[in-house]
Amino acid sequence: MERTSKTAKLYLALIFIILYAPILYLIFYSFNSGGSMSNFESFTWEHYGAVFSDTRLIMILINTVIVALLSALLATIIGVFGSLGIVYMRNKSIRNSLLSLNNVLIVSPDVVIGASFLILFTMIGVKLGFASVLISHIAFSIPIVVLMVLPKLQEMNSSLIDAAADLGATKGEILRRVIIPFIKPGIFAGFFMALTYSLDDFAVTFFVTGNGFSTLSVEIYSMARAGITLTINALSGIIFIVTLFLVVGYYFISQRGKNPVGMGVRK
Amino acid sequence: MQTKNTKTFYLIPYFAWIILFVIAPIALIAYYSLFDLSGNFTFDNYKNFFTSIYLKLTLSSFWYAFLITLFSLLVAYPTAYLLTKTKHKQLWLLLIIIPSWINLLLKTYAFIGIFGLYGPINAFLNVFGFGETQILFTDFSFIFVSVYIFIPFMILPIFNALDKLNPSLIDASRDLGASSWTTFSKVIFPLTTNGVKAGIQAVFIPSLSLFMITRLIAGNKVITLGTAIEQQFLVTQNWGMGSTIAVFLIIFMVIVMIITGQRDKGANTNGKN
Repeated sequence: MERTSKTAKLYLALIFIILYAPILYLIFYSFNSGGSMSNFESFTWEHYGAVFSDTRLIMILINTVIVALLSALLATIIGVFGSLGIVYMRNKSIRNSLLSLNNVLIVSPDVVIGASFLILFTMIGVKLGFASVLISHIAFSIPIVVLMVLPKLQEMNSSLIDAAADLGATKGEILRRVIIPFIKPGIFAGFFMALTYSLDDFAVTFFVTGNGFSTLSVEIYSMARAGITLTINALSGIIFIVTLFLVVGYYFISQRGKNPVGMGVRK
Repeated sequence: MQTKNTKTFYLIPYFAWIILFVIAPIALIAYYSLFDLSGNFTFDNYKNFFTSIYLKLTLSSFWYAFLITLFSLLVAYPTAYLLTKTKHKQLWLLLIIIPSWINLLLKTYAFIGIFGLYGPINAFLNVFGFGETQILFTDFSFIFVSVYIFIPFMILPIFNALDKLNPSLIDASRDLGASSWTTFSKVIFPLTTNGVKAGIQAVFIPSLSLFMITRLIAGNKVITLGTAIEQQFLVTQNWGMGSTIAVFLIIFMVIVMIITGQRDKGANTNGKN
């Protein structure tokens, strides 16, 4: 028993090392005064300085965050109302087909989503740029919000609503004071997932972004295609720290709401 | 209890989303696949798809996706299994997931340095007397990076399936004299196939459509269906052909989903009884 647990620990350690090594490697060389990702010359903050003095890059960073926050917020609102609609739908077959339609964008490959949205935007005449990127991000985030909120709604005992109604609450009050507080953990999880979907998306944005507008992923792609610049490394150092904060924050919120991590993939 | 009006009010934006961004895009892809470059109605795109170039591309795309999925599964299953055995398993799981929240592009970019001619892997190989070898732009680097990217998505569903497994089933199997291997192959694995299927779904379909990693890591040597679609849409501007490939990608996706579909009702309760 003792020996198996030792190999087990070794295996897990190896997996953790492999998973984190590339990220730490990136961050390590972000402090390299030499210009490459080999040969560490001496310690410097210069690449971090380069990130903050590059106004174009800062603008792109701000754009990315704005798109992420706005799309997550709007997707959460639409998704929550959508799940309310689905849950209170009496007709079972319509409800099931709505659910399958909901999941189409989750399982579709990014490239197909990107290409089809590109056709859609050109057809209805949305100019490629901020608007098209924002709309696409809202569109592909809605289903994950629904998947997060739906289980909470189904968990909810309908007698709670009946009780509130019997006590004279209006529909608005029932929604605001009974339903929403109950499904709050689901809403938070959905918002958070939408946020990460948006921040992490490359393929869809790559298709629907025009010349003038760029998000971080698309920008890193074009920088990386041009070759190695340690500015990207510095950027990844910053992103890693921010992500760590977000994740730890989310962990505590979800622990409080007793929402297991990674609900997204659980059906 | 809810009147019809409030119900429809809830659903307006959601329905609009379904029609505009779920149904319309698929319809548009199907529609565009029937037109050639100059806008004439034609089935040529479909004929083209069945020529050797595209069939080869499809086959190689499947082969790479298969390899990526296989290696992800081989690495992820033991990891997920061992994770469920740890104390504070939710925390460890979180630590596994954190790298998946780092921007995909950054992780891919890291490998350009790691696998590069002067990178650490080459330095390591040099110690053993191998000369500098080009690891970047090979099949190996492509599959390695893809597996690296997809591992968390494979671990997660398998972990959840294993976590739901009732430990007394394993005890029972041991008490009845089964070896560890028999317990695994006859009890544990069959009861977690749903997690494995979900993992395969989460890895195989995206692997078919990768295009960023092929460009950055495989240096255009590996062409997947995703790369072909991107090429047709954004480089050659042949939306018709691009849409045709997309149509087939959607069909393959549906087939994969049907094969890996969850036959819930029976299996799900197993863990609880």
